[in-house]
Amino acid sequence: MDPNAPHTFVVEPRPEGRGERWNPLVRTASLGAVVAAWEVVARSGAVPAVFLPPPSTVAMELARMAVRGELARSLGLSLGRIGLGFLLGSGAGLLVGTFAGASARVEAVVDPLLSATYPIPKIALLPLLVLWLGIGEASKVAVIAIGAFFPVAVGAMAGIRGTDPLLVRVAVSLGATPLQVIFKVRFPSALPVIFAGLRLAAGMSLLLVVSAEMIAATAGIGFTILHAGDLMQTPRLLAAIVVLSVFGILSTWLLQVLERAVVRGRS
Amino acid sequence: MRVRFESVRKTYRRRNGIEVEALAGIDLVVDASEFVCILGPSGCGKSTLLLIAAGLVPPTAGRVVFEGTPAGHPRTAMVFQEFALFPWRTVLHNVAFGLEVRGVRRAERVERALAWIRQVGLAGFEDRYPHELSGGMRQRVGIARALCVDPAVLLMDEPLSALDAQTRQLLQVDILALWERSRKTVLYVTHNIQEAVFLADRVVVLSRRPGRVREILYVPFGRPRTEDLLADPEFARFCHRIWTSLRDEAQAAMQEADGGS
Repeated sequence: MDPNAPHTFVVEPRPEGRGERWNPLVRTASLGAVVAAWEVVARSGAVPAVFLPPPSTVAMELARMAVRGELARSLGLSLGRIGLGFLLGSGAGLLVGTFAGASARVEAVVDPLLSATYPIPKIALLPLLVLWLGIGEASKVAVIAIGAFFPVAVGAMAGIRGTDPLLVRVAVSLGATPLQVIFKVRFPSALPVIFAGLRLAAGMSLLLVVSAEMIAATAGIGFTILHAGDLMQTPRLLAAIVVLSVFGILSTWLLQVLERAVVRGRS
Repeated sequence: MRVRFESVRKTYRRRNGIEVEALAGIDLVVDASEFVCILGPSGCGKSTLLLIAAGLVPPTAGRVVFEGTPAGHPRTAMVFQEFALFPWRTVLHNVAFGLEVRGVRRAERVERALAWIRQVGLAGFEDRYPHELSGGMRQRVGIARALCVDPAVLLMDEPLSALDAQTRQLLQVDILALWERSRKTVLYVTHNIQEAVFLADRVVVLSRRPGRVREILYVPFGRPRTEDLLADPEFARFCHRIWTSLRDEAQAAMQEADGGS
């Protein structure tokens, strides 16, 4: 047949892909498979239990820690430090970022300071904070607050400054005062960016609470991990890590729920 | 309520420091309850004129005088080409925004906003968010939001330019009906000749940049107007007469834009 001859081509219906539907199943299955493989390898004796105890042992240890109240005690301490530090830091970041984003004058003062101090690894400040505030709770809360401050301040500043100027114009033309423009237009418009900052701040808080407790604490999840490592109590060490990762997942989820409740009207 | 533009000039300074004259001395009087359309080629500064009237942009020289502004009313409210709705607010709270920032009690502002939502034909959509609405519905919200503060002058900056042709025609008819009920003073910017003639008492034709008043035409068609007017040969003739006056300006404006500005 002549390949250049006119020919007929038909577009027909074809079955729709259905990959999406079993996606969640694959996800849980992959996690289960890794845990199962870990159990098998650990039980086979190929690796000494002190390096890699099986997940079942870690789970038993976790249950034991929970029953003895050890879990609640150290988790409570860490949560208190995180909660207070995160609230103080992100609150301050929100305040500073909002006004720096809304006013060129405030930004001129704040922006160079932020840019100069943002890159400091916050954990490096801990010895200084201990010197100033003592080895107690205050220094640990302070280092977390500082860590949470920056991403929220930078996010709020970018979001507030990036508000569609047309929306600001509309508000002014309808009689909004400068403060009303900030709180009724710029702030709600910046919320998605602010939440991105809050998520970063939550991750930073978790990182800093563990680091701070490893350096300067006698209790808390971070201390438990370090202490268990020193004593080669590997199941205890891993159990504490599991607790941390569950906490990380929960805090991300909580922020998502909050964001969905607060951020409105976007498709 | 009269608005007098007295030798209003506007010069912008571009980022590269070059000064661009947008408006070169506009003199114009808009009477109470008059519907005036400002027509001009793109980039002739007609939107700038509205922004100046709204107090959002200061004139470089000249002034705008609002004579006999009724007490307790804002001078102007503006409808924008891009709708510019607050995406996080429902239809109701978009429309009520102006009253909210003016400190009107909640019950009263909700009542007044609902009345305007009905007027623009959006009853039943009060609790929708802007992204759930079509373009035509969004601009209805924009119009209701501006009218809700009961401004002395309504400023409309190409309110229908972002809509498809059919929606545009439907909204033209609705705007006309709204105006005939309220008899508000309207200053309406457009680049669409048919739209200007269909809506306006007077059409002000601006020249290309720097904008100056080239011609002011009284629209000879009586009111109330209906869509039948669009099929009237007299209507077509009148529009064509404006086009012949505008054509050279539009051509020159287009070539200037092509030449890189």
